[in-house]
Amino acid sequence: MSAKQTKKKSAETAVKEKKQIAVKLIPIYIMGKRYEVPEGLTIMKAMEYVGYILIRGCGCRGGTCGACGTVYRKPGDYKLQVALACQKTVESDMYIAQVPFFPANRALYDFTELTAAPEEVFKLYPELFRCVACNACTKACPQGIEVMDAISALKQGNIAEAARLSFDCIQCGLCTSRCFGELAQYHMFQLARRIYGARIVPQAEHLAAMIKAVNEGKYDRFLDELKQTKEDELKKLYQEREVEPMTAGEDWKPKDTKYL
Amino acid sequence: MSLAYYPGCTLKTRARNLEEPAVASMEALGFKLDEVPRWNCCGAVYSLADDDLIHQVAPVRNLIRAKEQGKDELATLCAFCFNTLKRANLLMKDNAEKRNTLNSFMDEEVDYSGEVKVVHLLEVLRDEIGWEALSQKVKLPLRELKAAPYYGCTLLRPREIAIDNAEDPTILGEFLKSLGATPVDFPESTRCCGSYQIVSSPDDIIEYTRPILNSALNHGAEALVLTCPLCDYNLGRGQKELMRKQNGIREMPLFYFTQLLALALGLGPQVCHFEMNHGSPESLLRQKNLIPQVESVQPIGG
Repeated sequence: MSAKQTKKKSAETAVKEKKQIAVKLIPIYIMGKRYEVPEGLTIMKAMEYVGYILIRGCGCRGGTCGACGTVYRKPGDYKLQVALACQKTVESDMYIAQVPFFPANRALYDFTELTAAPEEVFKLYPELFRCVACNACTKACPQGIEVMDAISALKQGNIAEAARLSFDCIQCGLCTSRCFGELAQYHMFQLARRIYGARIVPQAEHLAAMIKAVNEGKYDRFLDELKQTKEDELKKLYQEREVEPMTAGEDWKPKDTKYL
Repeated sequence: MSLAYYPGCTLKTRARNLEEPAVASMEALGFKLDEVPRWNCCGAVYSLADDDLIHQVAPVRNLIRAKEQGKDELATLCAFCFNTLKRANLLMKDNAEKRNTLNSFMDEEVDYSGEVKVVHLLEVLRDEIGWEALSQKVKLPLRELKAAPYYGCTLLRPREIAIDNAEDPTILGEFLKSLGATPVDFPESTRCCGSYQIVSSPDDIIEYTRPILNSALNHGAEALVLTCPLCDYNLGRGQKELMRKQNGIREMPLFYFTQLLALALGLGPQVCHFEMNHGSPESLLRQKNLIPQVESVQPIGG
């Protein structure tokens, strides 16, 4: 490397370092203590930046597991705000506390004995009727679910509607933490979605036929063949496998139809 | 014509036999019952504690939903929901301090100050259709049916929200007359069925039920006509208890007023869900030739 090149390289590094140093720091408060953290970090990364080691209250880091429910307030605003720590980027003067877990009553049931009758939910969760429609649950939902409407649907015996409204629930428990009537909304919704999936939605007929075929050993021969295949051949098979295109229609079939 | 309509939770489960004939009947009369979007529980019972505002939130939120729907009148069907909603509405209209507290608590909603008028379906029938016009729509007059109007409490008390003269109501009787039935007046028609007292004192159910049923029977009633699922529950269960403990009591069928309306309008028994009623009303209706003598189901095959 020539001297000129070296000079150029070190200048680039310096600019890079300068850029790093120039990242704007903003004040946030974690459990009441002030920290300065780089702008643009998520709440979760900001906590790690200031030294927290998260072994609970963090899971998928992708906004779908519901482990990092977080509440915060900004000065001068009485409104309590909610977020998932892995999704929300820090803002100046946020007062942050994580609510990674909140105790919630979960009913025990043998699902095979449950029907789609509204009374199943009433019996397992009689506290449902303690709801006073205060709407604190809806305001606490980081997923934007109309939580109170879904609870109303359950009271009205409309399990399908409760399942539909709560579809995006990630069970973070923030609704439960705010509930005036001490309901565990997210457990009730899970029950609703289970009943909906197993007892209300029409069952796919082809699934039963497929399970029957599997149990009767239709695919045993193919699996045995794969088990005998050498690793290199297996890799080749995997890499060259035919994938259903994203735009495939209902009548799409693979070229090799021997597995159908 | 479309009417903003508040059903109430029980009407979607145990009291479908109150709602379904009502929806069908009103359609036959040219009114579409337009369910308030996103309605929640009415609050179940109006809270009498002066400083207990949290239990006003549920009814007021429903009134806000009706306002958002762009309606100035809200029709109810369940007498208890009517009572809770209308009283909460009065509170929002008349009490500025409480109105402000409630509006400020529900800061995610539009402000409300009692703009929506809460009515019961019987009032719609009386005031917007009229008994004469209703009687002209009757296809199957309920002739010879001696039915006792039972008001209970919640349509008439307190006086400020009563749909009729609180001491001497006639609205259900007029209604029955226009369907061709014979209303049977009896002095206990506005006596309390026991309401939610039965939850905490289940054994009292007989003492509440006995005077009401005895009085109706002694005045020649063949059936009771109700507007409230809680009355239906208490009188229905109370009657069973009474029959268990006291021999020789004839079972009194209990009807919702909407079932008799649908039947008289010729909508058929299917829409009425008589199978959900207390006191096996179908045999009485067969006796009066108001539903077919023999089930019209044909044997399959052969």
